[in-house]
Amino acid sequence: MSGPDGSDSPDDELVSGWTEASLRVEGRVLEVVRAPRPVLSTLGEVVDPSAPATVQLAADLVATMRVSPGCVGLAAPQVGVSARVFCVDVSAHPKTRTQHGTFVLCNAEVVEASRNEKAREGCMSVPDFTGDVKRATRVVVRGQLPGTGQEVVISTDAFEARALQHEIDHCSGLLFLDRAAGAHAIHPRKTYL
Amino acid sequence: MTTQHAITVLGHDRPGIIAETTGVLADLGLNLEDSTMTRLRGHFAMTLVCAGDVPAEEVRRALTPLTADGSLTVTVREIAPEQAPTTEGTSWVLTVHGGDRPGIVSAVVGEVAAVGGNITDLTTRLAGELYLLVAEIDLPADTDVEGVDAAIQAAATALGVGATLRPVEADEL
Repeated sequence: MSGPDGSDSPDDELVSGWTEASLRVEGRVLEVVRAPRPVLSTLGEVVDPSAPATVQLAADLVATMRVSPGCVGLAAPQVGVSARVFCVDVSAHPKTRTQHGTFVLCNAEVVEASRNEKAREGCMSVPDFTGDVKRATRVVVRGQLPGTGQEVVISTDAFEARALQHEIDHCSGLLFLDRAAGAHAIHPRKTYL
Repeated sequence: MTTQHAITVLGHDRPGIIAETTGVLADLGLNLEDSTMTRLRGHFAMTLVCAGDVPAEEVRRALTPLTADGSLTVTVREIAPEQAPTTEGTSWVLTVHGGDRPGIVSAVVGEVAAVGGNITDLTTRLAGELYLLVAEIDLPADTDVEGVDAAIQAAATALGVGATLRPVEADEL
């Protein structure tokens, strides 16, 4: 998959080729915690991406994401662990343009962001609300792959960009509620039969 | 079961109204649940629901100081708890804007009501000549959405305003 500028850096290719099989541990399905659990509002700890606990956490996040319907990303605080680790996989989402398949990043940060757009977000950890949140539609994100600890810098856009910012926020103890576009930007979620 | 009270505070806006109101309610041991506050043409307008076993008369009495100078009106009413409504339908945002004239809201939302649509949130604003309506709407599952949209467009066109009906989409992350 090519990057937003049509080209692909070696890092983009490396991340696109990553699978959880490289972790060599079985992922466990963990309970997803909900606000107001304090861990969701706590700044996540920087992790050693090669530490066995981080590798296991990475596998657990992917396993938990896989069994959660419609889930395109999951951050460590959402499974009760205050750590800067998350997984994403937006490959099946209709709003996706550029994408890197399933991957996990440790200690990730947004290094470039542009072209803000407002959209309504929901989150498994805040099941009763949705919220209008402005986020960049083009980002460059730097992080480390779990296991090898290799640093990667990837470029993406559209829905993957939104997902990465949402998950990086979780790692910083921020929910979409913290980014509400205004006093009327948070909506009660409809209860569907 | 805990008693719920619906409270409204309306009138001349000034800093501190919310702090005073919620301070009184907290002192009574009432729990503030859902609330909304805005300014309507500069007037302060707040509606809230709070819960706690305090008689409405006592809540009213405690809030009396807010009304002492005549600038604010407070109402307190005991209400029965409501179940969160479920919907089998679809959610939409309706935007209408154009030159101000009487009857815009009633004509447009009349088309929504005609098909059993339920408005779950509504804001209207008048600024100069520009009139604006934004509403969130639940339409029943079997609604002919194109038909409703056409009826809304026709009502809007007859009034010389524009209307847009868009689906509400929340991206799960």
